[in-house]
Amino acid sequence: MKITMTVNGDSVTSEAEPRVLLVHFLRDVLGLTGTHWGCDTSNCGLCAVLMDGVPVKSCTVLAAMASGHEIRTVEGLATGGTLDPVQQGFMEEHGLQCGFCTPGMMLTARALLDKNPDPDEDTIREAISGQICRCTGYATIVRSIKWAAAHPAGSSQAETPAETPAEETAEVPA
Amino acid sequence: MTAIEERPANPAAAAENRPIGFGRLQRKEDPRFIRGKGHYLDDVVLPGMLHGAMLRSPYAHAKLISIDTSAALAHPGVHAVITGKDLEGLNLAWAPTLSADVMAILATDKVRFQGQEVAFVVADDRYSARDALELIDVEYEALPPVINARKALDADAPVIRTDLEGRTDNHIFDWEAGDAAETDAVFARADVVVTEDIVYPRVHPAPMETCGAVADYDPIDGKLTLWETTQAPHAHRTLYAIVAGIPEHKIRVISPDIGGGFGNKVGIYPGYVCAVVGSIVTGKPVKWVEDRSENLMSTSFARDYLMHGEVAATNDGKILAVRTTVLADHGAFNATAQPTKYPAGFFHIFTGSYDLEAAHCKVTGVYTNKAPGGVAYACSFRVTEAVYLVERMVDVLALKLGIDPAEIRLKNFIKPEQFPYQNKTGWEYDSGEYERAMRMAMDMAGYDELRREQAEKRERGELMGIGVTFFTETVGAGPRKHMDIVGLGMADGAELRVHPTGKAVVRLSVQSQGQGHETTFAQIVSEEIGIPPEDIEVVHGDTDNTPFGLGTYGSRSTPVSGGAVAMVTRKVRDKARLIAAAMLETRPEDLEWEKGRFFVKGDPSQGKTIAEIAMGAHGTVTLPEGVDGNLDAEVTYDPPNLTFPFGAYICVVDIDPGTGVVKVRRFIAVDDCGTRINEMIIEGQVHGGLTDGVGMALMEIIDFDEDGNCLGGSFMDYLIPTAMEVPDWETGHTVTPSPHHPIGAKGIGESATVGSPSAVVNAVVDALQPYGVVHIDMPCTPSRVWEAMQGRHVPTAGV
Repeated sequence: MKITMTVNGDSVTSEAEPRVLLVHFLRDVLGLTGTHWGCDTSNCGLCAVLMDGVPVKSCTVLAAMASGHEIRTVEGLATGGTLDPVQQGFMEEHGLQCGFCTPGMMLTARALLDKNPDPDEDTIREAISGQICRCTGYATIVRSIKWAAAHPAGSSQAETPAETPAEETAEVPA
Repeated sequence: MTAIEERPANPAAAAENRPIGFGRLQRKEDPRFIRGKGHYLDDVVLPGMLHGAMLRSPYAHAKLISIDTSAALAHPGVHAVITGKDLEGLNLAWAPTLSADVMAILATDKVRFQGQEVAFVVADDRYSARDALELIDVEYEALPPVINARKALDADAPVIRTDLEGRTDNHIFDWEAGDAAETDAVFARADVVVTEDIVYPRVHPAPMETCGAVADYDPIDGKLTLWETTQAPHAHRTLYAIVAGIPEHKIRVISPDIGGGFGNKVGIYPGYVCAVVGSIVTGKPVKWVEDRSENLMSTSFARDYLMHGEVAATNDGKILAVRTTVLADHGAFNATAQPTKYPAGFFHIFTGSYDLEAAHCKVTGVYTNKAPGGVAYACSFRVTEAVYLVERMVDVLALKLGIDPAEIRLKNFIKPEQFPYQNKTGWEYDSGEYERAMRMAMDMAGYDELRREQAEKRERGELMGIGVTFFTETVGAGPRKHMDIVGLGMADGAELRVHPTGKAVVRLSVQSQGQGHETTFAQIVSEEIGIPPEDIEVVHGDTDNTPFGLGTYGSRSTPVSGGAVAMVTRKVRDKARLIAAAMLETRPEDLEWEKGRFFVKGDPSQGKTIAEIAMGAHGTVTLPEGVDGNLDAEVTYDPPNLTFPFGAYICVVDIDPGTGVVKVRRFIAVDDCGTRINEMIIEGQVHGGLTDGVGMALMEIIDFDEDGNCLGGSFMDYLIPTAMEVPDWETGHTVTPSPHHPIGAKGIGESATVGSPSAVVNAVVDALQPYGVVHIDMPCTPSRVWEAMQGRHVPTAGV
């Protein structure tokens, strides 16, 4: 079937089987390999992307379900060659080691900060609690997100994702 | 891909106070990772590439009667279906393990654990390959499985390894360390003896990236290029040459960015071999990436040690001796990755951080119908099990004698003046200052205040526990004369080239899985030769472009490869001195070194920087006799001894008396890894390991039902801590350099994973003192804790 969606601001159209998962559509069809896959059961959250500004696990969304929606991946975090403050924060505070969970963590952080620009530690921990990191022990991820909150402009103009939540896709069960 | 990547300039380069050499420095690898531009195994895409998928056994133990692949072969998009019979024709159905056993690549006679590899499909895409798995018809005849290791040696136990000629039982090995008679004599005269059965259950490293391979065999020049999630690319290349008969110079193993390893990516898995065979059979590149259940059910597990511990002591708490017997569950094939002479790894460091009169252990390895593996999950070759045993046993003793657990440890530590310390099982501890680290942890925790708070809470019926632990690791294997894996000595190579403009490339035999090698090793070169870290490219993970060495595991990268890098840089510096002398028309011994340049003694204005010397070496300077025209060197570093990092950990837990839920409120970790190269990276390594420890102590277990069904085969069942289950870590450090290491570094990668589980369990048991609990096996899940509170028998974990 033909699938059309907006990915990182660009409209894309491609043929894909109805059963194809969004994570595979992004990786295998569009070549956006920054979105990773890590489990079969929607537990690990490596594959989190933003759908209409809301974090979703792209292994639990069919590409067809994302049709007509706005998807933002890690490749779309930096705008105009300028890093998002979240990306800067992760480097500043050592919020990553192997880097495999990092794209999903950063996108969830971006969505959190868009909603709540100054979250406390508990709020940050809860926001990333659907995602597993095996390397960092989370403390430095929390610090990274705090860094981003404290530097909202970073040295960049962070892009604000489109605020057009679609009713049927706003929540994807984790 | 090659290990050299184009990437944006390191922003750290622009930062002020950027260190030349050691110090806090942002990582060189981060710019690509935070942009989603890491290059992991599943990101490898080659023209015409096909996809593999593995059919696995639903049974733990069954005879293989027949396999019908015809329907799968007829499925659209399927190129090949490979079975054990096909591999037999290639002499590849069985392959040697890292422990002198053999393992099945694809089953031929029987399946021996649930999840064992049975057939491999190669198809156009990952979906078609999975579809075809459903169409393979396998007939099995179920056999009774051996699941409980304690029953593996029973006379009527089914024999698992009927493939081994003459095999009539499930016994693998007996191994002893220490002096049994001397230990028995000390026990006989001791005031007090405590004993406890302690299980370290089967757990799994579960890196976020599962294992996989892309094989590309070129039939024209006979060259195999193999991308793999491997921590040890060079050892793999040699093993493929031996197993598959492909000449070693025709094999190139590339280990791209690795999404976490923790020991899971040391061994060679059947999927890798099948990808190679698939590529040879189809003439196209073949990618295989396992799913999460495959990862948890079939790849290298960790631990599964059933230990009986005994401690002999005086009435006033002086520990005299430790004795232990262990039943080691190795699964269906003995495939543990460890130095050949040590079938129980380095478990014989169970003497811990204490000055003992005697010690003895006996370890018995057995086969069961479970997945093979056994040395993984940041275990430092079973130092995890050793530390857990001794640190639990010391608490059992403290409880018996009514002595504070911190005090009993302080009383028994090896003293600074006793180093180098010969322990009773053959280790020579290089250096240590244990009391200093212990006191620092107690100060950071506010130990006395915590005890007062605990006493008050107990009055009110609240359950608060304080767990104290102290560990000593032994890491950085070799030396090669004592340590090898399948005959390959445990040394590591390094090669350094300084280009004419003074920029450098250093090539390593080890491979990072997230530890930040590209940064740490650049800093070691920088420290030794004085050029900035961002001017040093680190190449690793590609056997065609790096020197031979045994790879990254057992916390050996900094102790071994770090030694190699320091030594190769010193070799280059020595050469630079000769060239500088020629350039300055003086004698080499008249030159003095400061970071980055040689100058004439007494006349600092007369000098040459490394960049000037490099240009001279490659230029037209008349070089001294015997000095060739470059500024390059290579070494293979054979460590003279292992290194012995240590640390003091204190964990504070609160337990809900109504539900048994354990909450880790605080965790204080003081580590000593000797010389510190990059504070930030070290702290990150410690944080990650502490999280592992909390996970194992409270949540993680790979368990089985009586039929051998794996009960931890997904992240719904195998629970890993999220940000909600762990506290903000409180870390501190002391520095006791290794006297024998070129830069005094000891390694940090696994310290916290090794040290932390006992701190958590000690805290849980401490919290449950009002209920008289002496020990609970991990994981201390709410139900197990609650059962213990009811005074009921809590079944042994994992058996």
